[in-house]
Order: sequence, then structure tokens, then C-alpha cells
Amino acid sequence: MGITNSHKVDTSKLDEIINEYEGKKSNLIAILQKVQEVYRYLPEDAMIYIGTKMEGLSPATVFGVATFYAQFSLEPKGKYEIKVCDGTACHVRGSMPVLNAIKARLDIKDGQLTTDDGLFSLETVSCLGACGLAPVVVINGKVYPQMTSDAIKIVLDTLLKEEK
Amino acid sequence: MTDKKTLFIDGKEVEFTDEPNLLEVIRKAGMNIPTFCYRPDLTSFGACRMCVVEVEGRGIQSSCTMPPEAGLKIHLNTEKTRRIRKTVLELLLANHDRKCLTCDKNGSCELQQYAEEYGITNIRFPDKALEDYLPVDDSSPSIVRDPNKCILCGACVRACSEFQGHSVLGFANRGAKTVVQPMNGRPLGQVDCVNCGQCVAVCPTGALTIKDDTEKVWAEITNPEKTVVVQMAPATRVALGEMFGLKPGENSIGLMNAALRKIGFNLVFDTNFSADLTIMEEATEFLERLKSGKDLPLFTSCCPAWIKYLETQHPEMLKHLSSCKSPMSMLSPVLVDLVPKYFNVERENLVVVAVMPCTAKKYECKRPEMYRNGRPDTDYVITTKELGKMIRSAGIDFNALQPEDHDSPFGEYSGAGTIFGASGGVAEAAIRTAYEFATGEPLNDVDIKQMRGTSNRSRDIELDLKGTKLVVRVVSTLVEAEKAIQEIKSGKANFQMLEVMACPGGCINGGGQPTSCNDSKIKAERAEGLYKEDAELPVRKSHMNPSIQKLYQEYLEYPGSHKAHEILHTIYNDKFAGSYKDV
Repeated sequence: MGITNSHKVDTSKLDEIINEYEGKKSNLIAILQKVQEVYRYLPEDAMIYIGTKMEGLSPATVFGVATFYAQFSLEPKGKYEIKVCDGTACHVRGSMPVLNAIKARLDIKDGQLTTDDGLFSLETVSCLGACGLAPVVVINGKVYPQMTSDAIKIVLDTLLKEEK
Repeated sequence: MTDKKTLFIDGKEVEFTDEPNLLEVIRKAGMNIPTFCYRPDLTSFGACRMCVVEVEGRGIQSSCTMPPEAGLKIHLNTEKTRRIRKTVLELLLANHDRKCLTCDKNGSCELQQYAEEYGITNIRFPDKALEDYLPVDDSSPSIVRDPNKCILCGACVRACSEFQGHSVLGFANRGAKTVVQPMNGRPLGQVDCVNCGQCVAVCPTGALTIKDDTEKVWAEITNPEKTVVVQMAPATRVALGEMFGLKPGENSIGLMNAALRKIGFNLVFDTNFSADLTIMEEATEFLERLKSGKDLPLFTSCCPAWIKYLETQHPEMLKHLSSCKSPMSMLSPVLVDLVPKYFNVERENLVVVAVMPCTAKKYECKRPEMYRNGRPDTDYVITTKELGKMIRSAGIDFNALQPEDHDSPFGEYSGAGTIFGASGGVAEAAIRTAYEFATGEPLNDVDIKQMRGTSNRSRDIELDLKGTKLVVRVVSTLVEAEKAIQEIKSGKANFQMLEVMACPGGCINGGGQPTSCNDSKIKAERAEGLYKEDAELPVRKSHMNPSIQKLYQEYLEYPGSHKAHEILHTIYNDKFAGSYKDV
């Protein structure tokens, strides 16, 4: 565990979020979700700030919550967040070839979350509850049903072209 | 309704009253059951599953989390419970760094003990791969953290949050990847850890240990050119004996003096002497502040964990802190200045060692405020535990020693000095002297019993200094200290003096003391030992200590003098580096 992002954070923005939730430690998860919305991940300094600022919490406790839940990311996510469903149905219908195609197209190595240009981040999720559309890929909330390795390449190419 | 309720343990009827859980009932009945995570002074956690018992009609239950009920029939050692405990041990060991021979906890490790008791001679799982070992963190001057020996019982996490309100240590990740670590795996030396060592005191394995300085001390002792002088804190004398079969609270100062000389220390002094010195300075300072009304309440400044807490969390409150150094850091400069004169030793060859109940003292002696001319006044701090180890290592039969006296003149002490080791002791000692300084009349009844006690962590004591009404707040643990600070900040505080010791019950329960985390009574017994010595001593007020009077005549002039300020006082400021404050 040594992921450190010395991203300086805007503490007034954090104060705003904390106040919105009345500074209650029982609202910590909601607060972290809001912070992640702003930064697209949880910067270390933000966790430290929340841990020292809020009563009954400490940076280590906040870090514990942030690392317990898969929804929180300690690394910056890409502009496009790709979620490949690897639930049972999607897995059986070929989600792995789709995942490998994405990795190959975007040059993402094992264990890497975000591409070097910060454009895409890739993760697998357990089930999106859309098994009838398997295999499913979700990019920034938009659902791409019945994917194949060829189809996903076209989707990615389109996005890449837009970015250029 | 009667108060007497009973339940059955292995068929034997056992009475219980207000025990919080079955485990306490079992222990009170004279039986025991293994546990890693249960510590009576912390909340029950139920993490380790070693304390399982079979309850008729309820199946397998962890006894540390189940409240006792009348009529329960419980069985401690059934085929099932023993099998569960053995499996738990095997699984823990499968993931554990098993290099016991080179572990600091070798011989006092609870995991090792139970593995032996339960006959775990074979572990069916392969050893952890070398690349799965995590680095050991020895960045803190007080504590070494070896995550490879952690069994995730959470005792340290609870101690840190429930005693110190601090949660420097926390769980991170989940499932098989769970680790206990400071924020984002930062080194302990770079977070707001106050070095109190309570996490070490409750750790059942070698995951958290005291940073061992005994080899450095041995190197000085075995060097014939060096004159090694030693001082020991009040609380050490009533606990060291426990490592050699003596009862908690039994005062072994005579044996300790003898053992220290046998080990090779050249001169044996006593921190109790400088506890008296602290009182001279602090009582004077307190009376001055009372008169001027400035910076009240006065905070005691003997506890290095408390000082670091103020620096990192409430730097604006530092002005309340007494400018007195701790007794250890007062005696050392006196020794450095006067031992060369009195005993014909060269300063360069003088080594000052302190035996402390405290892991934070290892940090205190390295603080820049405790340095003069580029060298610390206290060269090394070893804990009570480390001294016990040195005595064993020297092959000394502790109990067969003849008690010896300390060396003069920095060894004589009053009863006020000796009670410094227990929560409330510093305040009691200060009031004994402050009363006589302020009124000019002798205080006949020196026992201020309301100040004493190890279980109540916060208490207010109302006093009357001949017309001047006073309230003294005595707290142990930083959780209680924080509450006192909040009262001051909100203007509700009615006390003029705040005594803080970071460890629950005071220094007698410090992080460097022999293990006492499985029995809440030990604290009270150790404190009792100190109060007993106090009652037996001919001099019980610091300012009546003849050696102290002589020291002022010959060197320090008078309490609060320029000379005294130069070597006995310091100013703490908020220039604290290495904490989270960089955000």
C-alpha cells in the first residue's frame, strides 16, 4: 500500500461537502462519494483532511473505509470510465475476450487502472443486473449491450476520434 | 429479585453479578480460556474466535461478546470448541511470520503460547512466499511495526481510538488483504502517533513491539572508558518484579538498584529525586499563575505523549502547559552538570540512561529541546521490559539479590516523588508543596485520597488553600484530556490545574511496562504499591527532601531562578513537522 497522490485539494470545497452532510461521521460514505464525484477519485490529502476535520474520525479510519469498498478509487479515473461486467452470465457469454480487446486497444497493462493519457480507466464489475444483454460494457453510464471484441473496438475508436 | 445470579461452567455452579461477558465470569471463577482480541479495558470485538464456548441450547458462542444470563450451561473444552481453536491457530500461523527465534516477543507471545498449549506441531499450509512479506516499519523512535506478525485482532486499533481518541492505526483493505496500518501505510514516525505504546501493550504477538535500545546500552556499559549512570522512573519499581515472579505492586527498588549495579551501571540514581525537583518548580510556577491569573488552567508537562498531542492537535493551547521539563529530562541535565564535578568524571565519558515505563520517553529524549551543546542530556531510554531483559541476559537471579540503596545525592526522594507514577500523583505532590509555599503553614494530613484511583479516568478535586478555592482536574488517557480541552475552549472549565497522563491509570500502566493487558486489577495494585511506599517514607513533601534543598543551595539557587530556567524548563512551540498538518 503505497499509492500516494500529492494532489493538493481545495479544502473549502471539502468543507462544503462535509457541511452538506452536517459533519456527521455516520455520513462518511456519502461524503466520500461526493468527493469522488468532484475529483474522480479520492485524493490522499482529501481523506486526511476529512479524517482530521470531522469529529470521531481519523485519517486512518477514513482510509479504512475508502479501501474497504470497491466503489472508491485511490487513483484518478479516466475521462471515460469503462466498466466491463464479469458476472456469471457475461462471463459465460464472453466478457473476457471483450476485456482483453479493450486492454489491447488502449494499451492497458494488468493492474493498471487508467491509461497514461488519463482518458480511459478500466475495471471489471461483478454484475450490472442486465444479464439479458450479456456481455455488457458500460462507459460513463451508457450501456453497450451484447459486446464482442470487434464491436468494442469500434466503440473505442469512435471515442478516440472524438477526442482528437 | 436477588442480585445473586448463577450459571453453570462445566457443571459447576458459578455466581456472577455485573460482569459484562461470559469470559469475565469464567476468569472470575478461576478458569481461563484463550483469547487474542479480548482486553478487559477495551470494548469486546469478537474477532479472534479463540474464546468460543459451547452453550447448551445456543451452540457455539464467543464468550467475550456474550453477556452472562442466569441458568446458562456452558462448556469450555468440548471436542468442538477445541477443534475450532486449533483450526483458528493453524490458519493464523499459516499466514504468520514464523521466525519466532528472532522475534522480540519470543517467550511472551500469546500466539506462540497457545500454539504450544494446543499442540500445533504441524501446519498443513505452506509458508508465506518471500515476496508476500511486507516491510517492517521502524521509523518511530518508540515502536516497531511488523505487519507480517499481525493477526488482525484489532486490539491496537481499539487502544489507539478508545484510550487516545486518535486512531493512528486503522484497518485498511478487506478480506485476505486486510492490514492494520497508519493512514495509507505511512511510516509511524510520520503520522500523529504520540508514541504512548498502548498499542504495543495490548498486542498479543510481535506485530507491535518496543524499539529495543538495550544493545546500545550494553555497548556503553562494556566500554571501560565510560561512566554510565542510570535513573529509573517511579512506576518502574512496582512493575519490574512481575517479570521475576513478584506480585504486581511489590516495590522492588532495592533489588533493582542491586541488579543495575550488577549489570554494570556505575552510579544508580532515581527519577523520584527529580520528581521532587519538578514539584519545586511546578508548584512555584502554579502559584505564580494563580496570582497573576494568566494561562490558567496550568497543564502538567511530565507526559511526552500529552505534549506531542497538544503540539499536533491544539498548538494554541500550549501556553497552558507548564514550562517544566519532565522529571527524567530535569534529572539528566543536573547529572550532566554535576556528576563530572562530584564524581570526577569527564563529560565526554558520561552516559546517562533512563529506565522508564514509557515508550514515548524514547521520543522525548531525542527532542531538540532536550539537547544541549549538540548532545542529548539523556543518552538512552530503556523501558521496564527492556531492563527486565537485560537483567535476564546478565544471568542475574533477581530474587536472590540483596536490596541495595541508591547513590547519593541524586537518589534521595520523598513520598511525593514516588507517587508521580500513578494518575493523580503529580497533582497530589504539587498540592502538598503548593499548600505550604502559599500558606507558610505545615500541611498535616498529606494524603489527598480523592486524587487517587486508576479506574476513574477523569475526576475533579476541590481543594481549599486556606481561603483560596481550587479545583484540580486529573485525567488519564487523551480521550479524557480532549474533553477537558473542549471544556476550556467553550469556557465551561472550572479547574485551575489539569494533570494529564496519556496511559490509562497513569505511568504505572505505561506502554513499556510488563504486560498487564489481560487483567484490569494490575493497575490498581501497582498504584497501591506506590502509595504504600509514600506512606512509609519519612519525608513526604518534595520541598522537605534534604538533597533537593542542598541542590538549590549549591547550584540552582531558588525555584524559578535563572539557572533553574536554563536547565529545568523549556518552551514547546507548534513548529511540529512530520504530521498530517502538511495538507
